[in-house]
Amino acid sequence: MLEIKNLAKTYEGRTIFKDLNLTIDDGEILTIVGPSGIGKTTFLRILAGLLEADTGTMSLDGKALALDGNRSGADVGVIFQDFNLFPQYTVKENIELAPKLVAKHTPAAVEADSERLLMEMDLTVQQDQYPFQLSGGQKQRVAIARALAMHPGILAYDEPTSGLDEASTQRVIDVTKELQNTGVTQLIVTHDLPFAAALNGRIFDFATDVER
Amino acid sequence: MQYMLEILPSLLNGLKMTLGVFSLTLLGAVPLGMLVAVAMKSKLVVLRAVTNAYITVMRGTPLLLQIVFVYYGLSLANIVTLPRFEAAVVTFILNYAAYFAEIFRGGFQSISQGQYDGAKVLGFNRIQTLRYIVIPQVVKVVMPSVGNEVINLVKDSSLVYVIGLGDLMRAGNIAAARDVTLVPYLLVGLLYLILTITLTYGMRGLEKRMNYYR
Repeated sequence: MLEIKNLAKTYEGRTIFKDLNLTIDDGEILTIVGPSGIGKTTFLRILAGLLEADTGTMSLDGKALALDGNRSGADVGVIFQDFNLFPQYTVKENIELAPKLVAKHTPAAVEADSERLLMEMDLTVQQDQYPFQLSGGQKQRVAIARALAMHPGILAYDEPTSGLDEASTQRVIDVTKELQNTGVTQLIVTHDLPFAAALNGRIFDFATDVER
Repeated sequence: MQYMLEILPSLLNGLKMTLGVFSLTLLGAVPLGMLVAVAMKSKLVVLRAVTNAYITVMRGTPLLLQIVFVYYGLSLANIVTLPRFEAAVVTFILNYAAYFAEIFRGGFQSISQGQYDGAKVLGFNRIQTLRYIVIPQVVKVVMPSVGNEVINLVKDSSLVYVIGLGDLMRAGNIAAARDVTLVPYLLVGLLYLILTITLTYGMRGLEKRMNYYR
């Protein structure tokens, strides 16, 4: 469970939000909507530990998450809008790198995990390809697999449908539902309202549900 | 032809010195340049100031002057007396590391913030991020510019004559003066060309090997 209390952020003198309170239950899909520029991505970067919050607390499954922008570890899995895959590594290597070097899992465990994720994300055929050889949807699924390989407490997506065609968008919806069935907690930031509705999760409207 | 064969051994002897200065400089300057480039990105103002001053001095004064300074100057000032070869290599490493650092700095700037973010959320620490994610991409980006400097280094190594080291150029000079002929220079030029052409192909091969991704 993710619990956020009294979160506030000002950026260059502008209040992005103040007193943001939010709880996401295990296995829940929470969709954060709102027009562009309202601070959704700022919030996601704070959640990811990439940006400092002014005040507030955040805890994931009872464990406090640092909000000073210097968090270590991989408790929050992030699917960036541009995916940020590592271009010099194959699909499989992208998935295995952090479990190997950061989590220091055994080679056998790393291998078993990546095989399973490649299967689940339907990337087995592409496992030895490089990111530049993949379609947008495939890159996104690599990013999801790469994040899941670190067994995060929550998976956060930034605008997952940007740049995807209709079929790929449907695919994202399917993937999130499959992950939900396996108990993965997910937070999805989007300004794509039809997509948000199709996700069929709880909706948090940044325009009305946040004090600023 | 007979004459060429006669002077060739002394030229090849000089070539050995040239190759020695060249390879040791490369071995020292590339890692040092990478360290300096990383230091230039540091949050510590002092470290940034020191590296900036270092690069300004190294790039802002002639290499020839630096060699003289390190060999004669440091000795006269009673700081340290280095043998000729060591003095030359140290100067070359310091000088070339400054150029490499500037090249690497440009390489670092070409890597998007997204790569750092992607690494951070996966839990990579700063050193792992550099080692496994960023530097491999930087190396690919800077390869053509590094190749340029490598070629320059071959030719710059002829400057060691100023402290009396017997490199290829000096061997040619000696033969030309002794025998009052320009033929040695022709041979010297040819040897430099063979060296630079080989290196050019080597660098292209390296570039190609890194072209497996975009």
